[in-house]
Amino acid sequence: MKLIYEIGEEGRKLDLFPELDVEKYELKANKRNVELHLPHVSEQELSRHFTNLAKRTHGVNDGFYPLGSCTMKYNPKIDEEMAVLPGFTNVHPLAPVESVEGCLEVMETLQERLCKIAGMDAMTLQPAAGAHGEFTGLLLIKAYHESRNDKARTKIIVPDSAHGTNPASAVMAGFEVINIPSDDKGCVDLDGLRNAVGPDTAGLMLTNPNTVGVFDKNILEITKIVHEAGGLCYYDGANLNAVMGQCRPGDMGFDVLHINLHKTFATPHGGGGPGSGPVGCKEFLAKFLPGFTAVKSANGFDKKYADNTIGNLRTMAGNFLVMVKALTYITTLGKEGIKEASSNAVLNANYMRVKLSKTYHMAYPVTCMHEFVMTLEEEHKNINVSAMDIAKSMLDYGIHPPTMYFPLIVHEALMVEPTETETKEEMDHVINVLKEIHEKAEKDPEYVRSAPHTTVINRPDEVGAARNPIVAFKF
Amino acid sequence: MNTPAELKYTKSHEWVKMEGSEATIGLSDFAQNALGDLVFVNLPEVGDAVTAGEVFADVESVKAVSDVYCPVSGEVAEINEELLDDPAKINEAPYDAWFIKVKNVGDTEELMTADEYEKHCENE
Amino acid sequence: MGRYVPNTKEEQLKMLNEIGYKDFDDLFSVIPDSVRLKDLDLPAGKSELEVSRIISEMAAKNKQYKAIYRGAGAYDHYIPSIVKQITSKEEFVTAYTPYQAEISQGVLQSIFEYQTAICQLTGMDVSNASVYDGGTAAAEACAMCKDRKHSTVYVSETTDPKVVSVIKTYCFGSNTEVKMVPAKNGLTDMDEAAKMMTEGAACLYIQQPNYYGQIEDAHKAADVAHNIGAKLIMGVNPVSLAIMETPREAGADIAVGEGQPLGLPIAFGGPYIGFMACVSDMMRKIPGRIVGETTDDAGNRAFVLTLQAREQHIRREKSSSNICSNEALCAMTVSVYLAAVGRDGLETVANACASKAHYLQKELEKIGLKKKFDGEFFHEFVTTSSAPADKILAALDNKGILGGLKLSDNEILWCATEKNTKASMDEVVATVKEVCA
Repeated sequence: MKLIYEIGEEGRKLDLFPELDVEKYELKANKRNVELHLPHVSEQELSRHFTNLAKRTHGVNDGFYPLGSCTMKYNPKIDEEMAVLPGFTNVHPLAPVESVEGCLEVMETLQERLCKIAGMDAMTLQPAAGAHGEFTGLLLIKAYHESRNDKARTKIIVPDSAHGTNPASAVMAGFEVINIPSDDKGCVDLDGLRNAVGPDTAGLMLTNPNTVGVFDKNILEITKIVHEAGGLCYYDGANLNAVMGQCRPGDMGFDVLHINLHKTFATPHGGGGPGSGPVGCKEFLAKFLPGFTAVKSANGFDKKYADNTIGNLRTMAGNFLVMVKALTYITTLGKEGIKEASSNAVLNANYMRVKLSKTYHMAYPVTCMHEFVMTLEEEHKNINVSAMDIAKSMLDYGIHPPTMYFPLIVHEALMVEPTETETKEEMDHVINVLKEIHEKAEKDPEYVRSAPHTTVINRPDEVGAARNPIVAFKF
Repeated sequence: MNTPAELKYTKSHEWVKMEGSEATIGLSDFAQNALGDLVFVNLPEVGDAVTAGEVFADVESVKAVSDVYCPVSGEVAEINEELLDDPAKINEAPYDAWFIKVKNVGDTEELMTADEYEKHCENE
Repeated sequence: MGRYVPNTKEEQLKMLNEIGYKDFDDLFSVIPDSVRLKDLDLPAGKSELEVSRIISEMAAKNKQYKAIYRGAGAYDHYIPSIVKQITSKEEFVTAYTPYQAEISQGVLQSIFEYQTAICQLTGMDVSNASVYDGGTAAAEACAMCKDRKHSTVYVSETTDPKVVSVIKTYCFGSNTEVKMVPAKNGLTDMDEAAKMMTEGAACLYIQQPNYYGQIEDAHKAADVAHNIGAKLIMGVNPVSLAIMETPREAGADIAVGEGQPLGLPIAFGGPYIGFMACVSDMMRKIPGRIVGETTDDAGNRAFVLTLQAREQHIRREKSSSNICSNEALCAMTVSVYLAAVGRDGLETVANACASKAHYLQKELEKIGLKKKFDGEFFHEFVTTSSAPADKILAALDNKGILGGLKLSDNEILWCATEKNTKASMDEVVATVKEVCA
């Protein structure tokens, strides 16, 4: 397909702006001397171009999207409608506090409800994504140890099953990463943890349920070990959709966490953002929070800046319109709906796990939470069909593949997260498709290895793309 | 698998060619084959100190990055800048595609002959 | 209660039984009783009509101004209708990061088109797929310049204090020293910068136009930075680039900025988008997603996420940044905006901004609000007045106008864009005149 720069003609344009109603000002110096190439298209061409791009994009609305650890649930329409209310979109972030009461009410209400769901005492909505939240949370941990003049605490413990962002965030926050191996159930090895903690432990980063979809039953013991060593416990909220309304990170011994509004609270992913990664903490860390938090005041709402703030993780309040969507969602579901969502997320995952376990090998054949991991290690060895081949075959059925090759502790992994918003019929259909693909892989492995066969492109040359990067159109 | 007899090898799959107090270092054919198509290599700078048994470079394939360990201690005398532009050379001719030359070689890792290395690879 | 779980209670129970669980309690027995939540303390769920009412009432509590003369990092520009329509398409809104290239060509191509536009605006060779906002783009750019031999970050005091705060917060994380280069007459004191910057300097960060709207001598900044072996990072206003020289022409190594002026609403601070672009030598240091062009097995043009081995999901603790989700839909917004306005339209906007700001400044000067700095400015300027800033801004507020940003008791930072009409500016001047009289 042509690029927007390759269509249209010089001179075609949209008529958007009136004549200048004041005298034209000419820059005296520092003028642009190089040509600026931008598209020159009519509105109709522009509109059609992006409609064509939309047809080449698979979203949650196009079909099943069981991308493990990404929580691709349905994105409700009312959330979108609320987020484009002019009362929100036309508000300048530096407008006087008394003129932004509504925005502060959105923030204060969302902060409070997220605290209740997470079991935390305070919440910042400033971080713009999950990884941004991790970085924020780790800076809180850093500020805490520094405030106590405990300078030896330079290490963050991360299980080998963790998301790649965990170690990367720890390094950005100036910590050294200590990787600890998981046990045969994919859970934290308690002895390994005991050996790893010490006076240099700043904290532990953990997700529970963990990245293989299993709830770590030793969670209280784990957080106790870290606390007794003087470290703090960080909860990666990527998997909160499994447990919201059932149990709370704050009650499991975690001191600080991030939440992905774009996973758990149904705000859409937008092809890779904008997200929002609020960070919650216990009271003793609240004085370090970044930016401002919204608080109730005598006449309405106000901004509150923490006494020993770590600063700002970004300019302004955060991805505000995403907050509006999440608040709309939480208000809609309420206490019963939140619990019903996680209940069904777990039910749907187990339904698929059980139904598929006759055909596919489960990495951990136990009751899972909201997702489960299959391993194609045997198929890879025996018939040279990989997890990637199975995933690519699913594309031919209009199904988005599961997360591939993660977590790293499982070979040839496919991680499936159906979410609560799929019907039983849809899951039955996908289960049948996966069985059919498996059959095909045994009978005609080459067909599966060369999948997909029906998409607008087949497998792209990624090696060529990386060896000779073309990252912008050359005019 | 190609393992020239005149070279020495490490358990972590580097090859080394010793000439007096200078060593030339690269990645073995077995390693390049296991790593698949390489798309980038990170090399140290001339003048950097390297230590036997420690990472001195890494190689990237599309979806993985792997550390390369230094078989000897010493100082980087030369780097193969050609690899920065054309990492495919490591796949095409691993024994021509040297990474670095090290001078003032001190300690060395335990090195294997070609025969020993081939046996080591069979068990990998 | 509103709900998005399609299966009925009966179906749920049937499914549970079918896979060997008695009920939900049985299914959740893997969570130890000691941590099971007895009661979630939230209000009961609500119907869509109720929710719509509740949230709309919150929106209604905000004051909507009929005109805005405040910028300082968030700029009120006209957003063409088509921008909002295209970026509301469900496929774009609901997709995840384009990991599966075969069914994500739309998102991938749109990011490639965005990268191209950012390279065009800045004159750079490489753009990433975006970061969270202008502040994080600045902080990530500083991190790009650090290596074993270059570790100190220098930032001009004429930079937006909010951006400085983000740089400092990121540097608190990485234990990086930040030194502020002082300002002189509203501009970076380049002589002082040259004196301050010594061996080990990683970069000099300047904002163009700077926080006070003044146009910096970027060429000099490039010389100062390069003389000591450091990089020059320029934080730029993307609208100004239609008429102002590119960071590349000025000699910068990295160009970053807040992309909000290109089609995104001010929306109480977000979502916005940070753009980042650099010279080709620094391509592997730029953080975040990058889309590259390639072909598929059959030779068709294809787009993929490329240079992924830089990133956290592969390099883990050795990656230079942890970013994964960025602001992809905002990048598409920028891309559609730039296609809608085109080169001529962006020039029109930039010229309107500069012309209106200069008109407003001259008219305010006539009634006694002096220009604080003498240098050339783009679309923001600072005034000093004998009347208190609070009083001036309150009078404007009463007329439904959001005046400039108060910088001190008698100083205001004003901004004008193409949305401000002559009639509205004349009203501002008349109102201020009453206060000053």
